Amino acid sequence: MIERDSVEQRTDLVFQALADATRRDIVRLTMHGGYSVTELARHYPMSFAAVQKHVAVLQRAQLVTKQRRGREQMVRGRLDTVHNAAMLLDQFAALWRDRLDRFGDVLADDTQGETK
Amino acid sequence: MTVSNVDVNNEAKTLTITAQFDASTEQVWQLWANPRKLEQWWGPPTYPATVVEHNLIAGGRVTYFMTSPEGDKHHGWWRIVNVEAPTLLKFEDGFGDADGNPNPEMPITVARVTIGALDEGGTQMTIESNFPTAEVMAQMVEMGMKDGMTLAVGQMDALL
Repeated sequence: MIERDSVEQRTDLVFQALADATRRDIVRLTMHGGYSVTELARHYPMSFAAVQKHVAVLQRAQLVTKQRRGREQMVRGRLDTVHNAAMLLDQFAALWRDRLDRFGDVLADDTQGETK
Repeated sequence: MTVSNVDVNNEAKTLTITAQFDASTEQVWQLWANPRKLEQWWGPPTYPATVVEHNLIAGGRVTYFMTSPEGDKHHGWWRIVNVEAPTLLKFEDGFGDADGNPNPEMPITVARVTIGALDEGGTQMTIESNFPTAEVMAQMVEMGMKDGMTLAVGQMDALL
């Protein structure tokens, strides 16, 4: 069902999912290993159901996967999706581009008026 | 100045940016080596940078703060890995806490700057910046998303 979503829609899902502090924290936490929803619920001052909802949003954005282990569903962060938040790197590139623009301006001031 | 190439490699988590300048290698180097010049371009005009400590030797530190339009100070630091004036500068680029000390909670990127004369005249500078671990990427996503989906340049600077 996710497959037919456009790249833009998928990116929106990722960034919307990450716009919430608890969800960002869940991604960060589960990046290092699986957590059950029960375990996650202990981390946050909210109900099991509320945490479950957050996990569902993250799952929809493919930021976490859920795998059954015994009676529990283990939540795991998905590195690949985080990596694919390429938008961030693009903005990082834009930052350096801006810096280099200013770099060029400062340098032009320095070299201006010099006899070549 | 000509920015000839900006290459983002998601797999290697590396950004490479290359630019050519109509200036000498030494003049280009001075924009890194002279703190008063560094201040003029490191931060955006809305977040001007003030360099506090500037010691370009291996193991040396550069510390600075950027002042927001509201007057908040955002501290940052470099730790110099390697320096060969006027052609090479490699440094770790991180954040400081409110007192300007390195904040271990925040991601560190490593930047490698190479400067060299071009055969056809002028100088080429290449900056390679990499995110050493997947965790850093996750942190960057996290911090980048702090205020929702849009990421102003000023906020990005807080990431550096």
